[in-house]
Amino acid sequence: MTASDLLNRLFMAVLTLLGVAVIVFCLLRIVPGDPIAMMISPSATPADIAALRAHYGLDLGLPQQFGIWFMDVLKGNFGTSISQRRDVMELIGERLPATLELAFAALVFGVLAGGVIATLGTLARRTALDPALDFINGLFLAVPDFVWALALVLLLGVFWPVFPLSGRIDPTLSTYFHTDFYLIESLVTLKFAAFGDLIAHMIMPMLALGLPLAAIVVRTLKEALAEAMVQDYVLLARLKGMSPLRLVLQEALRNAVGPTLTLTGVQFTFMIGGTVIVERIFSYPGLGNMAIDAVINRDLPLIQGIVLTFGAIFILVNILVDLIAGWLNPRGAAHG
Amino acid sequence: MTQPLVAIEGLSAISTRDGGAPVLRDVSLTLEKGEVRGLVGESGAGKSTIAKALLGILPSTVKVTGGFIRFEGRDLLAMPRRELSDIMGRDITLIPQDPQTALNPARRIEAQLTDGLRLKLGMGKGQAHERALQLLDEVQIRNPKRVLAAYPHELSGGMRQRILIASAFALNPKLVVADEPTTALDVTVQKEILRLIRRMQEAHGTAVIFVTHDLGVVAKICDRVTLLYAGKVIEDGATADMLTQPKHIYTSALIAAGPRYDRPNAGLEPVPEAVFRQLRAEIGIAERRV
Ligand SMILES: Nc1ncnc2c1ncn2[C@@H]1O[C@H](COP(=O)(O)OP(=O)(O)OP(=O)(O)O)[C@@H](O)[C@H]1O
Ligand SMILES: [Mg+2]
Repeated sequence: MTASDLLNRLFMAVLTLLGVAVIVFCLLRIVPGDPIAMMISPSATPADIAALRAHYGLDLGLPQQFGIWFMDVLKGNFGTSISQRRDVMELIGERLPATLELAFAALVFGVLAGGVIATLGTLARRTALDPALDFINGLFLAVPDFVWALALVLLLGVFWPVFPLSGRIDPTLSTYFHTDFYLIESLVTLKFAAFGDLIAHMIMPMLALGLPLAAIVVRTLKEALAEAMVQDYVLLARLKGMSPLRLVLQEALRNAVGPTLTLTGVQFTFMIGGTVIVERIFSYPGLGNMAIDAVINRDLPLIQGIVLTFGAIFILVNILVDLIAGWLNPRGAAHG
Repeated sequence: MTQPLVAIEGLSAISTRDGGAPVLRDVSLTLEKGEVRGLVGESGAGKSTIAKALLGILPSTVKVTGGFIRFEGRDLLAMPRRELSDIMGRDITLIPQDPQTALNPARRIEAQLTDGLRLKLGMGKGQAHERALQLLDEVQIRNPKRVLAAYPHELSGGMRQRILIASAFALNPKLVVADEPTTALDVTVQKEILRLIRRMQEAHGTAVIFVTHDLGVVAKICDRVTLLYAGKVIEDGATADMLTQPKHIYTSALIAAGPRYDRPNAGLEPVPEAVFRQLRAEIGIAERRV
């Protein structure tokens, strides 16, 4: 990808985000439900309500509301959460790190587990293990993240309680963190007790989000590897005495990884969407969990902020995937 | 004692993919040290199957039902995997058909050209690099340093085939199997590549099995020719003899048929159906195989 390509992509990204902003803004005003009605006490007078509406700018026309809101967004001001009465940016800033840590852990798990299994499957092709693996993987492909979450709650939470069922960290640990990236911070500052506890809390939601990805990686990568392994260059390398493992990792993998990479990017954006329900199930204090609260409370500014944040992540991930694909493929992403 | 380099004796094989159809029928041929042997025949005649059998890379769907392949007197088909992989890539190497797919698009030329030197001869990085430069010089590549650092897609088809030839001769093999090494190239490049293979073969004293459809190519490069039809050897002999005094009617028909890379516009007379009928009767096949 050249510099001008990148500029192009960034420009498109800004346009896309603008589109998302418009759509979110309009949709949320079309759906029924009055946020003010949810925050007032039953004893409030109509004058109180009108004052509140004016305070949040809800008495203005839609274009005006959008104009004001959008100018604020450009300044980095997403407004004040109606339900929590706090700055939306601040709230998102607190919750986003938890979600990012969880999503990245699930991404790393899914790609590593999927990659290792696809490699083993490729090494074991033409043995009985291969069809067995395809069969099991086929089952895994059919199970969505929230079903994994519920199954894990039953299995590792209730019947065989090895991992904590909910939350991000044991509150009795009373570790003080400087940032909201608890996992990274605890690792960097060598607080291993906290790190272990964070991991224990993360394992179940991470598995729920990562297992479907792993299954997809296995299928896509194994297919591409099988195709690459019959290429002439692999045959030549085999004749030259290269070991089977090196044949897969050095000869085939780099040429096979393209479709998997693209699909992983797409799946990762789905996975960020999946954090909403999975975080809810495990009461994991991330952005997704907060999104559900925001929707229940009709907290318009907060919903807008969260959706825009998710949108920005989607777009960033896509650009990143293109960059990595271009780097992996020396012919250039445009021609590969 | 003059033991041939390769002796194929009564080799028969079937394709389990095609319901047990014969692929090779009692094929015998011997190859002397330093000899260039053409394997000619139409598509499906079994040329590549013989080449693959020599390299020990027959697909799992092709089963050898009889015969031997002796390399320096040792039976390749009965050899333990270990010994076989010692021979393959060192004493017997391959020049593949399509230089497009025979180089790994994700690895630099240097890595691919030195694999064999490092894995089979245990050379270090520096030594292998020096040898690679020599080899590229030998196949007349002008700026070997730049080429070693390049990726395959940065090079032309002819250049890639030169690299593959360098790679095939890198370990001074006794036998190079070349399966249609010029069919994927332009006519002008074809000639250069043929000359190059011949020159390398003479310089290294290597025997070559040269698979081709093209009798013109055979005339240019092969000492001897084996003509196959439906997995059966139809005629076998010195190139000059066979092209000037063909013994079998199929051979004469093929010579008349062309096309030849050196005479692309020569009159094309398709092999008459009567010739095929006779061939099938001789071999004993009822239906024309498609
Ligand atoms: N992988 C395979 N599995 C089973 N049978 C095969 C396989 N490849 C080829 N055959 C069969 O073996 C026979 C000979 O094929 P082969 O590839 O040796 O022909 P060829 O002379 O090299 O033809 P071409 O000029 O098209 O390369 C064909 O009938 C083909 O159907
Ligand atoms: Mg062939």
